[in-house]
Amino acid sequence: MLEFLDPFLKTLQTDSGFWNPILWGFAFVIIFLIAYIIRGFGKQAYKEKTEQTKAFLSGNPEYEKEQMHIKGSNLYWGFMEIMKFAYDKFNKMHNGNTGDYVLWFVIILGIFFIVLGVL
Amino acid sequence: MDFLATLVNHSPALIIAVPLLGAFLTPLIGKINGKVRNVFVILVVACTSFLIALLAYNVFTNGALSADAVTNNIQTYVFGAKDIGTPAVRIAFEVDAMNAFMALIAAILPLAAVVYSWAFMKDETGQDKYYTLILLMTAGMLGMMLTGDMFNFFVFLEITSIATAALIAFRIDQKYSVQAAFKYIVISSIGALFVLFAVALFYGQYNALNMAVIGDSIKYTMLDKIALVLLIASLALKTGIAPMHMWLPEAYGRAPSSVTVVIIGTTLGSLYAMFRMIFTVYGKHIWDLGKTMALQLPQLLGILLVALAILTIILGVFMALKQSDLKKMIGFAAVAEIGYMLLAVGSAIATISLNESGVTVMTSAGQMALKGGIFHVLNDALDVGLLFLVAGAVYFAAKETSLNKLGGLARNMKYTTVFFLIGLFAVSGLPPLNGFASKLMIYESTYAINPILSIAAILCSILLLATFVKVFHSVFLGPKIPKFSNVKEVPKSMLIGMAIIAVIIIFIGLFPNLIVENIVKPASEALMNYGLYLGGI
Repeated sequence: MLEFLDPFLKTLQTDSGFWNPILWGFAFVIIFLIAYIIRGFGKQAYKEKTEQTKAFLSGNPEYEKEQMHIKGSNLYWGFMEIMKFAYDKFNKMHNGNTGDYVLWFVIILGIFFIVLGVL
Repeated sequence: MDFLATLVNHSPALIIAVPLLGAFLTPLIGKINGKVRNVFVILVVACTSFLIALLAYNVFTNGALSADAVTNNIQTYVFGAKDIGTPAVRIAFEVDAMNAFMALIAAILPLAAVVYSWAFMKDETGQDKYYTLILLMTAGMLGMMLTGDMFNFFVFLEITSIATAALIAFRIDQKYSVQAAFKYIVISSIGALFVLFAVALFYGQYNALNMAVIGDSIKYTMLDKIALVLLIASLALKTGIAPMHMWLPEAYGRAPSSVTVVIIGTTLGSLYAMFRMIFTVYGKHIWDLGKTMALQLPQLLGILLVALAILTIILGVFMALKQSDLKKMIGFAAVAEIGYMLLAVGSAIATISLNESGVTVMTSAGQMALKGGIFHVLNDALDVGLLFLVAGAVYFAAKETSLNKLGGLARNMKYTTVFFLIGLFAVSGLPPLNGFASKLMIYESTYAINPILSIAAILCSILLLATFVKVFHSVFLGPKIPKFSNVKEVPKSMLIGMAIIAVIIIFIGLFPNLIVENIVKPASEALMNYGLYLGGI
């Protein structure tokens, strides 16, 4: 009766594995319920709108809410610092000069020609 | 013959003719009324999409709608002399499952774009020109995807490039738009001229312009090698493969978002052309190993493509992570996504080898990689397309795209936030959305070929997720910022444009096997069975 659903429910085979989003959905719901039940075992003494809910910023004062938003370029600062050596080179590549863009094309053309045309 | 069968038989021609005619009628209809023009353009694109759906269905089912038109899942349409014996004054469209697959992508993107444009462009001047160019770009893109003629491909490539450049510069009052358009037209012209050079080399040798005829006659002479190099490099330039990708984030970032969605289709059209050249026009020499060369062509080509793919992924992801402009960031992410497709297809090519019986085969992992790569073409178009539409919605509402200035928009733009989350999950390859299924296929297959490739791809995918988490935090989360306190949700037409793509993303995400078995697998088999395409004319 529900044969028309068969093509929709079939599992995607990926050689060594498989992927079925419907099964994943069921698993997700079950895991969510388990997590929700575990959450229920938490402390009941939690009180909203008391000292418990105030932000703790390592002893620094809390600014106005509008000033507390972390801007995009502040995120992943540490990663950028560690990868500075790479970013210095990448930035040089992306200099906005159309002549350089064409130069990269010529370089790739040369590499392809050596590998495919000569070898 | 009934009307539907006639329509299907002529659909390859109509798919180009309808948007082309619509493009030139648009300024005339615009004289009546802006709303009438908008309805007309949406109808033209919807009609084109319907014709594409008919053609694709007929090809995938090997003639369910019109059995006469299709042989071996290939529908051919000849403009001009019908018989091969006469002087070949003709252009042939040859649509196999791969062409049909690409055309389906091209059916979705312009439809979402024109619906979205209704409100998105309502305050702009020059809308007649805008819609004319959008339709021209659509016609050019579809022509690139359907034609079986090399010179005709060049013509459509040029139509697309010129229309695209004009649309990138559409907001002419913004100097960076004009600059990005200038760079785009320089890069595109160079790429197209090298394609033309390769076409001339074929014509000089084989007196033919038809892809199937050239593929059948090709001898892999030194001139053919030069043509192969020219074609791959120039199409890689047009696709935005690193280190030739720098034009792409600028063009994507500076064009109006509704235009960017269609440009994604044209970029993928160039990627398709590269695959068509490698697998079909040079198919004989890709699949005919051990006869002419000391070093095998598939291995050399595969390794080169994989190296470029890894470079593309790494550069795309790293540059995306440091951007502070929303649209440019998505542009770099789009570069990285192209790398994933190339990685899969390059890996697949590298696995072509002789088996113990002396027959040329692509390994099982290679076939899976090819399917994953092709599946990812569809997913990338949808995921990145949706993210650009969301970026356009943010710009429309807040008149700002800097991640350092935006914040807290989820409070005022709930639907847009949901669409962004769908795009974020999909493009980062998180389950259960479509990007996960294709990336899983790519990871598994490339792991079987070389684990390092898979590990690099997964790590970069994690960084891609980090990139979009940064966007989500910077743009949508956080406290309400006074400057944006009056921001409102975008108009319905823009929400519908985003919803069209989001619904397809969710559908593919929930039923990936349906798409892989019925659309992706036939497309990958069409690429592998080059003989059928060569025999189609």
